[in-house]
Amino acid sequence: MTKAAVVVFPGSNCDRDCAVAVERSTGASVDMVWHQETALPSGVDLIVLPGGFSYGDYLRCGAMAAQSPVMREVVKAAEAGVAVVGICNGFQILCEAGMLPGALLRNAKLKYICKQIDLDVTNAQTRFTSGYAGRRNVRMTIGNGEGNFFADEATLDRIEGEGQVVFRYAQENPNGSLRNIAGIVNTRGNVLGLMPHPDRSFEAELGSADGAVLFQSALASA
Amino acid sequence: MSAPQKTSAELAKEYGLKADEYAVILDRLGREPSPVELGVFSVMWSEHCSYKSSRKHLGKLPTKGPLVICGPGENAGVIDIGDGQACVFKMESHNHPSYIEPYQGAATGVGGIMRDVFTMGARPIALLNALRFGDPSHPKTRRLVEGVVAGIGGYGNCVGVPTVAGETNFHPGYNGNILVNAMCVGLADADKIFYSAAPSSGLPVVYFGSKTGRDGIHGATMASAEFDEDSDEKRPTVQVGDPFAEKLLIEATLELMASGAVAAIQDMGAAGLTSSTVEMAGKGGVGIELNLDMVPQREEGMSAYEMMLSESQERMLAILKPGREHDGERIFKKWGLDAATIGWTTDTGRMILKHKGETVCDVPLAPLFDDAPLYDRPHTKTPAAKHLQPGDVTAPTDYGVALKTLMSCPDMASKRWLWEQYDRHVMADTLADSATAADAGIVRVHGSKKALAVTSDCTPRYVFADPYEGGKQAVAEAWRNLTAVGADPIAITDNLNFGNPERPEIMGQIVGAIEGMAEACRALSFPVVSGNVSLYNETNGVAIPPTPTVGAVGILPDYDRRAGFGGVQAGDRILLVGESRGALGASLYLRELFRSEEGAPPPVDLSLEKKNGDFVRGLIKSGRVTQVHDLSDGGLIAGAAEMALASGVGISLTLDSGLAVHAELFGEDQARYLLAVPASAVAQIAHDAGLAGVIVSDLGGAGGDAIVVTDVLNVSLADLRQAHEGWLPAFMSGKA
Repeated sequence: MTKAAVVVFPGSNCDRDCAVAVERSTGASVDMVWHQETALPSGVDLIVLPGGFSYGDYLRCGAMAAQSPVMREVVKAAEAGVAVVGICNGFQILCEAGMLPGALLRNAKLKYICKQIDLDVTNAQTRFTSGYAGRRNVRMTIGNGEGNFFADEATLDRIEGEGQVVFRYAQENPNGSLRNIAGIVNTRGNVLGLMPHPDRSFEAELGSADGAVLFQSALASA
Repeated sequence: MSAPQKTSAELAKEYGLKADEYAVILDRLGREPSPVELGVFSVMWSEHCSYKSSRKHLGKLPTKGPLVICGPGENAGVIDIGDGQACVFKMESHNHPSYIEPYQGAATGVGGIMRDVFTMGARPIALLNALRFGDPSHPKTRRLVEGVVAGIGGYGNCVGVPTVAGETNFHPGYNGNILVNAMCVGLADADKIFYSAAPSSGLPVVYFGSKTGRDGIHGATMASAEFDEDSDEKRPTVQVGDPFAEKLLIEATLELMASGAVAAIQDMGAAGLTSSTVEMAGKGGVGIELNLDMVPQREEGMSAYEMMLSESQERMLAILKPGREHDGERIFKKWGLDAATIGWTTDTGRMILKHKGETVCDVPLAPLFDDAPLYDRPHTKTPAAKHLQPGDVTAPTDYGVALKTLMSCPDMASKRWLWEQYDRHVMADTLADSATAADAGIVRVHGSKKALAVTSDCTPRYVFADPYEGGKQAVAEAWRNLTAVGADPIAITDNLNFGNPERPEIMGQIVGAIEGMAEACRALSFPVVSGNVSLYNETNGVAIPPTPTVGAVGILPDYDRRAGFGGVQAGDRILLVGESRGALGASLYLRELFRSEEGAPPPVDLSLEKKNGDFVRGLIKSGRVTQVHDLSDGGLIAGAAEMALASGVGISLTLDSGLAVHAELFGEDQARYLLAVPASAVAQIAHDAGLAGVIVSDLGGAGGDAIVVTDVLNVSLADLRQAHEGWLPAFMSGKA
């Protein structure tokens, strides 16, 4: 049986959503891991950093969570090849921890925005997106105040060239992200950060089941 | 307000107490109160805490029912939703603070209502808000909308509870006093509801959460007084919220409850430490003694008076079972919360407060708790408004323009600009929210096929014209909105917002509205399980329109059998359930096209309401109908336009009832629903309606890309959408 872990920081508020989404999408068993843990459960195939407002977004979104004890273990696991996905605040934490390039700034319109949105899958060759092969367009919901992806031009060129941009906003860029970037992977392809919420879009009755594919892909390769 | 040295009738007046109320305190104590004691009495006896003007009439509301587990009197109401689960909910106002400091006022309103719900052992699962702002042209309105919306979002989004529904109105009557009514709905195990009554003496009183600071001192007193031109100076009485602290507090509180250590628990809301200790000891019939030196303090040199009167946010008070302090210590440490044992329950029946070695308060609890003044204030009935006939009301020169005017007026225009700032999807159980074309918000009961439907409703212009009918209508509309999504309506919470009750005409509105609501609650088996009263919403003697907001909860036993109105298909027939009589008194049409608010509101026939609603709900539950919209503001044509816009398909109607066209299109007769059904289903529905004694008429069909009324109007959906979606963003950017 495949196994996933969801990290819980003080102020995480999508931790249960992520656990439920992974369980219902894949049948994997899910452990909740408190941020002060100094070890991850053994044999974990997927680590999820959930959305929310870790540490109340004080200092900068994700900055304090990136320094939590458990993050040292997450870095080690990623180096060992374990799949790591950071959603929304989790994406911010991955950037703050230096596990992904770039940063997430305040939305261009300076407001929190929550809506269902269309995404282009720009790279279906990654371990997180293989299930989207053959379909470009997917729907998920976003909910963020600081989802405006930023990196310098050279970095943007590089990650685009390397196929690290995996999701782009399709019809509407809701937060001003450069080059419409909604989600990226690291060079090795085992760490994904994205602002849209697959954990809120994993069953048709929630408006879209497209998010389930992401978790299924991530664990299919485990 | 700093701590005074000596009390007097003067000081009592400054604290909001009347001379005769001060005399009662002298009598009960047999001496002059100390400054702290006077502070404690003044907040407990404030209108906000004591309901002294409304209590006599609130008793008229039905509060019992087969599914009611706990009615008014606790932090929130509790209803049975089956399978051993309970729904805990309440609505509360934060009007006065939101006008003075909109961001923090609204944010702490959301925080406060969530605490009321999780204090009872429930995890909050949905938020709603009912907002009333002044005229869009008033210089303060834009800033207030901006601040209130940011405050609601800033708090609810961070805590991680979806804001799924609400209502927003604009009217010059709220220029000096906006209304921010927030509702929270929570989910608990029916056998694990927590109450505030201290069970016995000798138990530790544990404070946990944020530290106590000097914010919000005398907030409850402020909320019990009118405003004048100096109201901005009251900013220091507005509390400051920290949603991160609230999130930690929720998790810690629920974990503490699950540990089995909690004997009684109470949040510190209005009147902070004073109100929470008095409630816990008073309800339990015990005494309480606190050592204020132990209270976690944010600032140095705080006086006993300041600590007892502070309304600092995100604080809880728990009475733990004997020997269970270690559970608290472990859990508070995990969540990084300040905590301290600040006192004990006693058998003296007195409230004793010690600070720096001195006894600063030693009073019997009984007068504080249940001896608060109770007023039977004189009230005069609102004069009856004239019943308007269709002939009394002018028809529009251009029906298409009239429709666009209505759909783009501030009350009817899309509120997308504001609800897109609310996280409506966190918790991943939202089935219908403000972005969904449905008459109520719907959230799943996590892990089951059940769902809760929630709505908030009030039509203040009806209540203003006729408090009794308007009160009935607020309850009936909430019931109808739940019905229109297919839910079984269960119970309501009420948030009664009015002006100064010392004026007989305002008291007349209060009494009329409560009696009307009570009548509707009885007829619809829709008891009141919790509520809040906000009076003195007036500035320089001008009161708000009477606004008894109704928050309601219903159950969908199987959420696959539910309805909305965004899935109308070309070829569907459009059926009207109920009868149009052309009620144009106090209508939106009259107000928006002719700047007139005259006339009596539409009468509410409660037996008809029940008959028609039960019929519609039955159709949804049997799976035969999925497209339903209740008719309210703007009447038949506005309802049809909303269905068409949401579905992206035109609707064409043909009128043949013989009513005047403007009365049929814009009349706001109650107990009506619009259905869109496949043509093949019409005959059977008509047959069943006949058996049920329900009037159903086939008014037209769906198709094309315009709203059409044969020989009357033809408006493209694109035009209508632009009008409907355009107003609020334009207004907020200063262009409208």
